[in-house]
Amino acid sequence: MSTGTSLIQIRGLGKVFKTDVGEVNVLEDINLDIMKGEIFGIIGMSGAGKSTLVRCLNFLERPTRGTVYFDNQDLSALSQKELYRIRQSIGMIFQQFNLLMQRNVLKNVCFPLEIAGVRKKEAEARAYELLELVGLSDKAKAYPSQLSGGQKQRVAIARALANNPKVILCDEATSALDPATTKGVLALLKDINKRLGITIVIITHEMSVVEEICQRVAIIDNRRIAEVGYVQDIFTKPTTEAARRLVFPEGGQVEHFTSSRCCRIVFDGSSSFEPVIANMVLEFRQPVNIIFADTRNIDGKAFGQIVIQLPEDKLAGEKMMAYLQNRGLTVEEVKDFV
Amino acid sequence: MFDQATLEMLGKGFLESLYMTLVSSALAYVIGLPLGIILVVTDKDGIKPCVGLNRILGVIINLLRSVPFLILAITVIPVTRFITGTSLGPTATIVPLVIGASPFIARMVESSLKDVDKGVIEAAQSMGASPFEIIYKVLLPEARPSLILGAAISVTTILGYSAMTGFVGGGGLGDIAIRYGYYRYQTDIMLVTVALLVIIVQVLQEIGMKLAKIGDKRK
Ligand SMILES: Nc1ncnc2c1ncn2[C@@H]1O[C@H](COP(=O)(O)OP(=O)(O)O)[C@@H](O)[C@H]1O
Ligand SMILES: [Mg+2]
Repeated sequence: MSTGTSLIQIRGLGKVFKTDVGEVNVLEDINLDIMKGEIFGIIGMSGAGKSTLVRCLNFLERPTRGTVYFDNQDLSALSQKELYRIRQSIGMIFQQFNLLMQRNVLKNVCFPLEIAGVRKKEAEARAYELLELVGLSDKAKAYPSQLSGGQKQRVAIARALANNPKVILCDEATSALDPATTKGVLALLKDINKRLGITIVIITHEMSVVEEICQRVAIIDNRRIAEVGYVQDIFTKPTTEAARRLVFPEGGQVEHFTSSRCCRIVFDGSSSFEPVIANMVLEFRQPVNIIFADTRNIDGKAFGQIVIQLPEDKLAGEKMMAYLQNRGLTVEEVKDFV
Repeated sequence: MFDQATLEMLGKGFLESLYMTLVSSALAYVIGLPLGIILVVTDKDGIKPCVGLNRILGVIINLLRSVPFLILAITVIPVTRFITGTSLGPTATIVPLVIGASPFIARMVESSLKDVDKGVIEAAQSMGASPFEIIYKVLLPEARPSLILGAAISVTTILGYSAMTGFVGGGGLGDIAIRYGYYRYQTDIMLVTVALLVIIVQVLQEIGMKLAKIGDKRK
């Protein structure tokens, strides 16, 4: 992963849109390295500039400043023709699937092969192979309008894979799908990453998607990258305000508790999943108020956090924190918990 | 109710109208289709923006479109004479029909192509398709049902124009309607020509809608 070689290097990238009402500064000084073979997430609120950033990765949008190196080639130095060519090794899937409605499934998957100049016979054979891979062989002759959202996205994935890309860019690829279908599509992407070694870039506004599939994540906020790191680290110890907002989406609701002392207990995957809060309450015979709880299973380990409000009694509170620390948990007082 | 000569005249008028309409439509599409494509492609949000060309083309098309067809037909008589050697009869009428209909068709094509989902175009671009490939592999096929419907509307509009040219000796059913109905008050002949025009419009429109529906895989 981050020790490997990078496939995509974003250097000093900035994007300014010129509109009728003046200039809109959408991205500023973005620097990122996406490694070969990793699943990299880019998360941010709606309007943060995620789509613009991902469109800069294949130069569908030309950066105003800075550049992108793809496989060590400076995209800004390429001619238009060379750019068309290199795009064949950058697959892309979208929230709205963007299939050709007047072509059947097979012909949709053939489309990028036609662009690449592959002969019809070979293209169709390859398309059948890919439909097999995404589990839609029986839908080859169906039209997109006859498919469900999840099936459409699978066709789009098959299409993105057609020219053996080095990376697949996914812009909100699961945002139009229900949770069960989302899981299926993410599992397929994970499988493609594992089996074919294709790098995957996931653009999303949902933390759950990042947790489910990404190894590293960049948080984009206020035009810039606020934080980059392993998902586990950012999830357990978010250091920026932007990261905290994404990790605690309901954070605003606990504001009125801030007058008394709260502490955050972090499960970072090293502790067993015993009912630690309940045991503590039994031992101290003092109630605590659970303000926020969000624990889940990532790669088979327990991750997450619980924020509790400590008793008014200062001593009891400190004893409780010591109790939790003795159980190998990371505990920190959060006076400014928002 | 009509004598043999009148029936023959009506038959000839019917065929002349069809001939003028279909040939003019075909020629007007040869001009209007590329113009419509250029309008969409060079738009500031198009796949190959060229705002200057787009503006100039837009202005020319609007100018031509704002001239009432009959006045246009009279204005271009010198051009018609130059091309066909005469300004009378169905073949001569094709010239003003093509000039009048091309800008209309360009706008029809433009509106059909603009309806193609931007996302699909973006997907094609992300796969490395060139603007030319996007035009003939994405824009035109994806807009096909809408283009066919537009063609039905265009052809019937051209039929209407062709009937108007009866006033300037254009031949066809319009010519008959004006000569017999308007100048000689033979209302029965005029009604028959109108009925024939209505039938042609209905049939063309029906065919267009059927073709559009058969070709449309969205539903
Ligand atoms: N072509 C454009 N012209 C002007 N502003 C744009 C354009 N594209 C995007 N923007 C603006 O850039 C910002 C980021 O948009 P986008 O990248 O789509 O965000 P996200 O995908 O994170 O929701 C938004 O405020 C949007 O209005
Ligand atoms: Mg977006």
